[in-house]
Amino acid sequence: MSLAEALKNGKLVVTAEIAPPKGVNVQEMLENAELIKGKVDAANVTDQQSSVMRLGSLAGCHLLKQRGLDPVFQVTCRDRNRLALQSDLLSAYSLGITNVLCITGDYVSLGDHPSAKPVFDLDSVSLLQAAKALEQGKDLAGKELKGSPKFFLGAVVSPGAEPLEPQIIKMEKKVRAGAQFFQTQGVYEPAKFEKFIRASQYLGVPILAGIIPLRSVAMARFMNRAVAGVHVPEEMIQELDRATDKPAKSIEIAARLVREVRQLCQGVHIMAIGWEKRVPAILEAAGLA
Amino acid sequence: MIVSELKPLPAILDYLDGEENIFILGCRGCAEASKTGGEAQVLEMKQTLEGAGKRVVGHTVADFLCDKALVKMKLYAHEQEVLAADSLLVMTCGLGVQATAAVVDRPVHPATNTINLGGSRGEWRGSERCRECGDCLLDYTGGICPLVACTKSLINGPCGGAKDGRCEFEPDVRPCGWQLIYERLKKTGRLDEMKTILPPKDYAKMQPPPSLRSTILWALEQKETREAGLPR
Repeated sequence: MSLAEALKNGKLVVTAEIAPPKGVNVQEMLENAELIKGKVDAANVTDQQSSVMRLGSLAGCHLLKQRGLDPVFQVTCRDRNRLALQSDLLSAYSLGITNVLCITGDYVSLGDHPSAKPVFDLDSVSLLQAAKALEQGKDLAGKELKGSPKFFLGAVVSPGAEPLEPQIIKMEKKVRAGAQFFQTQGVYEPAKFEKFIRASQYLGVPILAGIIPLRSVAMARFMNRAVAGVHVPEEMIQELDRATDKPAKSIEIAARLVREVRQLCQGVHIMAIGWEKRVPAILEAAGLA
Repeated sequence: MIVSELKPLPAILDYLDGEENIFILGCRGCAEASKTGGEAQVLEMKQTLEGAGKRVVGHTVADFLCDKALVKMKLYAHEQEVLAADSLLVMTCGLGVQATAAVVDRPVHPATNTINLGGSRGEWRGSERCRECGDCLLDYTGGICPLVACTKSLINGPCGGAKDGRCEFEPDVRPCGWQLIYERLKKTGRLDEMKTILPPKDYAKMQPPPSLRSTILWALEQKETREAGLPR
């Protein structure tokens, strides 16, 4: 069943993030994919996340698809202008990759090539519009296509952003531009997430809550300091800090979050960020595998 | 000189839709030289707007709208008229529009597109910046240019990268441009503008026409070259 079908069926949907390697050795990436195969409805392949140069999302998606997973092609606006973005969307479709997550992208200064020229020719809204235009047989310049693709388009939103209102306004624009599902930034405060769900309910679009397992206390503190839209409550950090078996506690916390947010939305999106091997354990602990 | 051209009238009337009382602000600097915001153009605009059923509650021409202090002083002299206005129509470059929007609590509409800096940057002392994109978006963004205020030059709202209202790039010195735009739009009761989906920028418009590619001095040299019959 594809991601679109799974969401349509109204079952609780699970997606997880896979990061391509920095280099061409894809063995570990494929092992991680194998571990979650059959346990997730789709696997996102990140597009040089945090602006760190890596093997591309498109190739990653292709490799996952060959192994029977339903990939989500993450596309950022950071590195490609409108020609390259549209071309990559066509390329993806030609490889049978139809789930596309349209993202602005981190600024280049965050990564390992801070002196690169940032592009941002399109933004997440106009990238969605570009994909829609391609579906209708025309490119952004209005030129006819020889055969048109069909996508399942996704976008991202930050439910913990303060103020929330500008995020919701942009989310609405993304829906009007063609977004059919949302995956969110990491959620640690279910009450705050519920507020977001209520504020965005009128859009009537499926939402997968982002779950980022806390690998360590240091990671939690780092995210609170530096990662936008993420706030790990102090009690949760203390809970992890007190635990003797930290990985077990971390899995327990992630599973608890899954159970708390699953009532509020259509599914969860696990972003393991280096802890891909533990995704099955989290799903199991949350009663999803 | 900062070269501007008047936006087409339908675009201006679209900005003023739903507003009745308009204050027109011109600029004796580059806008007068561009024939977009001098005394003559302000009076012409007054007539045009009145013809379109608007009430022009006041109008004036400041020396350099890119200088916030001068804008403030000029508007003090017209305080009652500005207070009676639903909005201000500013007939000058993107700098002047941004400087005006920064000092008044009324919606500010741009009447021009800024197409080129032909040599000098006027009396510009504020922190506002203009990228001479040739297709001014300031009407949708509360008089704060998203191309400049947002590090990623996003035109459709904030990315997810701002933390506590600061940009992910140099958070110590850079506020999130969209946070500023959001606050300004909210303050002036125009948050709905943020819902407008703006199409991708036409970057071809950022290439100035050949006639503007250089300074007046260059133009004079070209003329001399032509008149002397020398190869160019």
